[in-house]
Amino acid sequence: MIRLPLILFFSALLFSAGVYGVLARRNAIMVLMAIELMLNAVNVNLIGFSAQLKDVNGQIFALFVIAVAAAEVGIGLAIVILLFRNRESINIDEVNLLKW
Amino acid sequence: MAGSVNVFVRYAWLIPLLPIASACLTLFFGKRTPGRGAVYGIAALATTMLMSLGVLWHFVQGNGVYAPAGLEWFTIGPLRLELGMYVDGLTAAMLVVVTTISLMVHIYSLGYMHGDARFTWFYFVLSMFTAAMLTVVIANNLIELLIGWEVMGVCSYLLIGHWYEEKQNSNAAIKAFITTRIGDIPFMFGIIMLIAATGFTTTNIVGVGEAIKEPAISALFVSMAAILLFGGTIGKSAQFPLHVWLPDAMAGPTPVSALIHAATMVAAGVYLVGRLFEVFLHAEPWVLTTVSIIAAITTLGAALLAIVQDDIKRVLAYSTLSQLSYMVAGLSMGEEGMTAGFFHLFTHAFFKALLFLGAGAVIHAVHSNDMSDMGGLRKQMPITFWTMIIGSLALAGIFPLAGFWSKDELLVVAQETGHTWLFVVFLVTAAITAFYTMRMVMLTFFGDYRGHGHPHEAPSTMTGPLIFLALCTVGVGFLGAPQLGSVFGDWVFFEQPHAGTFVAWIALLSTVVAVGGLAVGYRLYQRRAERDPMESALGPMWNVLQHRYYIDAFYMRAIIYPTRDTLSAAVYWTNQHVLDAAVNGAAALARGLSHVIMWFDRTIIDGFVNGLGETAGSTGGLLKKVQSGNVQWYAAGLFVGVIALAIAFIRIA
Amino acid sequence: MNWHNSAITVTTLLPILGALVIICVPKDKDRLIRGLGIFFTAAALVLAIAIAVGFDYGTGDFQFVLNVKWIETIGANYHVGIDGISMPLYVLTFLLSFLCAIYTWRYVPDPGRTKAFLALMLLLETGMAGTFIAFDLILFFVFWEMVLVPMYFLIAIWGSANREYASIKFFLYTLFGSVFMLLGFLALYFSGPTDALGHHTFDMLRLTEFGAGGGFSRTFQLVVFGGIALGLAVKVPMWPFHTWLPDAHTEAPTIGSVLLAGIMLKMGTYGFIRIAIPMLPEGAHAYAPWIGGLAVIGIVYASLACLAQKDLKRLIAFSSVGHMGFVMLGIATLTPIGIQAAIFGMVAHGVITGMLFFCVGSIYDRYHTREIAVIGGGMAQEMPKLAGVFAFVAIASLGLPGLAGFWGEVMSLLSSFNPAPGLNVGLFRAYMVAGGVGTVLTAGYFLWMLQRVNMGTLPERWSGKGFRDIIAVEWLAWLPLLALTLVLGLFPRLVFGITDNAVGALTSLIGR
Repeated sequence: MIRLPLILFFSALLFSAGVYGVLARRNAIMVLMAIELMLNAVNVNLIGFSAQLKDVNGQIFALFVIAVAAAEVGIGLAIVILLFRNRESINIDEVNLLKW
Repeated sequence: MAGSVNVFVRYAWLIPLLPIASACLTLFFGKRTPGRGAVYGIAALATTMLMSLGVLWHFVQGNGVYAPAGLEWFTIGPLRLELGMYVDGLTAAMLVVVTTISLMVHIYSLGYMHGDARFTWFYFVLSMFTAAMLTVVIANNLIELLIGWEVMGVCSYLLIGHWYEEKQNSNAAIKAFITTRIGDIPFMFGIIMLIAATGFTTTNIVGVGEAIKEPAISALFVSMAAILLFGGTIGKSAQFPLHVWLPDAMAGPTPVSALIHAATMVAAGVYLVGRLFEVFLHAEPWVLTTVSIIAAITTLGAALLAIVQDDIKRVLAYSTLSQLSYMVAGLSMGEEGMTAGFFHLFTHAFFKALLFLGAGAVIHAVHSNDMSDMGGLRKQMPITFWTMIIGSLALAGIFPLAGFWSKDELLVVAQETGHTWLFVVFLVTAAITAFYTMRMVMLTFFGDYRGHGHPHEAPSTMTGPLIFLALCTVGVGFLGAPQLGSVFGDWVFFEQPHAGTFVAWIALLSTVVAVGGLAVGYRLYQRRAERDPMESALGPMWNVLQHRYYIDAFYMRAIIYPTRDTLSAAVYWTNQHVLDAAVNGAAALARGLSHVIMWFDRTIIDGFVNGLGETAGSTGGLLKKVQSGNVQWYAAGLFVGVIALAIAFIRIA
Repeated sequence: MNWHNSAITVTTLLPILGALVIICVPKDKDRLIRGLGIFFTAAALVLAIAIAVGFDYGTGDFQFVLNVKWIETIGANYHVGIDGISMPLYVLTFLLSFLCAIYTWRYVPDPGRTKAFLALMLLLETGMAGTFIAFDLILFFVFWEMVLVPMYFLIAIWGSANREYASIKFFLYTLFGSVFMLLGFLALYFSGPTDALGHHTFDMLRLTEFGAGGGFSRTFQLVVFGGIALGLAVKVPMWPFHTWLPDAHTEAPTIGSVLLAGIMLKMGTYGFIRIAIPMLPEGAHAYAPWIGGLAVIGIVYASLACLAQKDLKRLIAFSSVGHMGFVMLGIATLTPIGIQAAIFGMVAHGVITGMLFFCVGSIYDRYHTREIAVIGGGMAQEMPKLAGVFAFVAIASLGLPGLAGFWGEVMSLLSSFNPAPGLNVGLFRAYMVAGGVGTVLTAGYFLWMLQRVNMGTLPERWSGKGFRDIIAVEWLAWLPLLALTLVLGLFPRLVFGITDNAVGALTSLIGR
C-alpha cells in the first residue's frame, strides 16, 4: 500500500508539469497533451483518496474524467486540424482571435 | 304746407336722378350712339330744366315748403338715415340755376369739345357733375348732401384733369380735389356735431334745425359746428385761405370752368351756408363775423389779383372768387343778407357762365388762353363780342343788367344792418371789378389782333347758349328789382320774406363807382402798349400779385412738399429702420440666441453624454490590452487566480 | 341632420373636399383642375348665399347652429353658427375665393403647379370661412391657424423675388401673436364658468355670457385682454405690429394678396368684436383709448408711408394698414355705431382693396414691373378700361361718399365723436380729428398714384408693346366687386341691415 502523501506529491508533480506545458509550449498538440497531464494528475488524486478512504465514488469520478478527457482530446484535435488547414500552422501564439 | 303741390314738386326727386341716368347711358352706350352720346345728357337736362321751372312755379304761386318724409335708407344703432328731398324756394331757385347753366354748358360743349378724344367720357362726367350738384341742392339730410358734395369733388377732379396728358392739368386736378377735401374735413366734423346734437337719431336738416334750438345744446357747441361747416364752404367756394385751387382749375376745358364757377362746385359752398342758415344764426355772433372777415379778405384780394392776369380765364376765375365772397359776405350779414346773397348767386351764375362761355369761344378761335395773343376780335366774332359786353357790364354792375340789382341789394343790406366796413369793401371791390372787366374786354376785343391764324366766329352750338345766357343776364336782374316787388325775395328767404328796398343814393353811388372803374380801364388800355400799364402803376405790388401773394408757393414749400417728400420719407424710414428693424432685430436676436443654444447643446449637454461614452471607451481601451487573445496568458491568469484563491482560503481557514 | 343644422358645416368644409378632389386629378389635366377650382368655390358660394337667404334678419340670435361634442375630455365642442356679425364676412369669403378661382382660370403665377395652387387656395378658403362661424375657442383657434399654412406656401412658392423672407416673416409674426392669444384662451378656460360637474368650457357663447355678466375680475381682464388683443392686433395688423403686411403683400401672388387683404386681416378685427370685447368688457374699456390711439397713429402713419412708396403693390399694402385703422377706431369706441362701422369697413375694405390688388396684379401682368416710376404714366391712353377701373377703385378706396369705402370711415369718425360711456370723450374727438387728417392724406396719395400711373403720356419704352386692355376673365372676376363697391355705397343697408340686430344684442350685453 503506497502512502497517500507520496501519491499526492506525484500528482502535484504531474499537475505542475501539465501547467508548465500549457503555459509554456507553443505547439497546440503539446498543449493538449499537457492538459491531459493535468487531468490525469487529478485522476491520480481521485484514485489515491478513493483507496485511502475506501470510497468508490472517487473511482467513478476518475472514470468520468477519463471519458470527458477522451471527448475533449477528440474535439481539441479536430480544432487543431482545422486550424492547421486554415493557417498552415499550429503555433498557438498566432491564434489570438479571442481578443477585443 | 300751404297750397296744393304740383306734379313737378312731387316728383322733384327725379331731377337729380335723370342726369344720373343719362350719365349711365352715356357711359355704357355713348360710343355706340350717333353724336357720341351727348344727346343723353342734353335731353336729360332739358327735361330737368323744365321740371325745375315747374318746381319754381310752385313758389311763384306763393306755396310753401314741400318736405315729404323720405324713404328709409338704413338704420344703424339709434341713427336712422333716409333718402329724401326738401324743396323750398331756395332749392327751387338753385335747381333752375343749375339745370339751366348745365344745359347751356352741355349744348355749348358740342361745339367746344368737338373732335376731342374723350368726348363721350366728358359728357358722362359732365352729367354726373350736374347730378351731384342737384343732389346737394335737393337733399333733405346732411349725409345725402355730403355724398353729392364729394361726388362733385371727384367729378371736378376728372373734369379739370380732362386733358391729363399735360402734367400741369393733372396737378391742377389734384390740387382742386385735395384743397377742397381739406375743407371737407371740418365740414364733415360739423355734420357729425350736428348729428350728435340730435343725439344720433337723425341727419335730416329739419331735425337738425330743431335739435340745435334745444336748451341742452350750448351756443358754443352750435358755434363750433357752424364754423366747422363753414370750413366746407371755404374749400368748395374757394374762400381764403383755401382759394388756391380755383385759378388752377382753369386747366380744365372752358365749359367745365363755366359749370364749376357759375352753377355747381363753388355755388355749393354758398348754398350750404344758406341751407344750414339756422345753425349759423343760432351760433354766437363771432361766427358770422369770422365769415364776413374771410369773405372780405377774399373779395378784395381776389379782385386785385384779377388785375394782373394775362390768362383770360384766370381773370374770370379771380373775379369768381371775389364775387363768391360777395355772396358769402351777404349771408354773413344775417337774415336780411340771405336773400341778397342768394340773389347775387342767382344773377352771377348767369353772367359768369356767359363770360366763361364767351371766353371759351375766344379761346376756341385763337387757340390760346393768353390775352396777349388776342385783341381786335370784335370784328371777327361779333356775337361773342356783344354777348361778352353784356356779361361784362353785368359783372361791373351797370344798370339795368343782372349784376346791378344784386350788388345794389347787397349794398343796401350792408348799410341797413350797419355793416359799414363791408359796405366800403363792397364799393372798393366794385370799382376794381369794373376796372379789370374793362381791361379784359379791351385786351381781348379792341386794338389789333396779336395772335396767329385767322380767328372766326364760333359755331351756332356755341353762340346759341351765349345768346340765351345774354338774354337771361338782361332779364333775371328784374326778378329782384325792388320796383317790381323783389319777386326773388318771395322765394328765397329765411323764415320771413324780406322785401328789398331801393335806396337811390346807394344805387347812384354804386353806378358812379362802376362807371369810374370802367372809364379808368378804358383810358389805360385804349392804346396798345408793349408793357401792361398796370405794371408800372403798381410797382412792387405787381410782382406780389403775379405770385398770388406767394400763398401758393408758401403752401407748396411749407406744407405739400415737406409732407409729400420729407415727412413721408421720414415715416417710411422709421417704418423700415425702426419698426421693421425691431421685428428683424427680434428675428436676428432669436437666431443669435439659437446659435448660443446650439453651442450649449453641442458642447455642454451633448458633451456630457459623449464624454461618458468616451471615458468608458478609453477605460476599455486600457483594459483590452489584457485580453491579448493568447490563450496561454488566460490560462496563466487562471492559475494565478486559483493560487491566489487557494492562499486566501488557506489563510482564512 | 337636416339642412338647418348641417348647412354651415357642409358649406365650410366643401372647399376642403374640393382640395381633395383636385389632388386626385392627374396634374397634366390643367383645364380640368382649374374648372374644378371654379366649380367647388362656386358651389360653396351658392350654399353660402342659400344660408344668407334662409337667414332670419329680424333677430340678433345665432342661427344654423350645430353644437356637438368634440374633444370631451377638455370640454371642446364642435359649435358652429352664424349671426349678423359673421354673415357679411362669411359670404364675402366665399365670394372673393370664387372670384380668385375665376381669375386663376387665366392667371397662375410662376412656377405654375396649378394643382397645388388651387388645392391650397381651397384649404385657405375653409380656414377663413371657419374662423367666422366657430363658436368654440378651440375650434376657432384651429381654423385660425389653419389659414397660416396655405398662405405661407402661397407666398413662399408663388411669390416674387423676396418671397422666402416675406413668407417666413408672415408666418412667424402671426404665430407669435397667436401664442399670446392661445394663452388668453386658456386663461379664459380655466377661469371661466363650470358646469354642475365642475367641467370648464371653451364655448364662446357661455364665456361671453359669463364675461359680460362680470364673471372675470378686473385684473384678470386687464392681463388676458392684453394677451388676446396682442394676438389679434398682429393679424389686423395694427400699428406698430404691421410690418409683416407690406412684405407679405408685395411678395404674394395676386390671389394671395386679394385673399390676405380681403379676408384674412378681418379675422383679427372680427376676433376683437366676437371674443375680446364681449368676454372681457372691462378690459376692453381700459384698453379702448390705447387701441383707438394706435388706430389713428396707424391711419396717419400709413398714409404718410404710402406717399413714400415707389412700388405700387407696397403702396396699396400700406393703405390697408390705414383702412384697418379706421376699422379699429370704430371698434375702440365700443358703441353700436362704431362696431357696425367697423364691420362695414371690413366688408368695404375687403371688396375695394381686393379689387385694387387685382388691378395691380393685372398691371404687373402687362408691364412686368410694379415700380411706379418705371410704369411712368399714360396707362389711361393705352388701356382706358383698366385705367378707368383702377381709378374707380382707388377713388372708392379714398372714401368717396356714394361708394363702399365711405360708410366705414364716416361712421367710424361719427362714433368717435361720442364713444361709449366711460371713455374719454375729448381724447376720442382728438382721434376723430386725426382720422380726418388721415383721409386728406389718403386722398393725396391715391390721387398722386393715379397721376403717376394713369395720367400723362405713355413713356417711349412701352410704345408698341401692344398692351391688352381688360380681358374677359378679368371682367368676370372683377365685375361683381365693382358692382358691390357701388351697390354697398348706395345701399349700405345691405350690411347695416344685417349687422344692426346682432351688434345691438352684443353691445347691450356689454353695457348691462
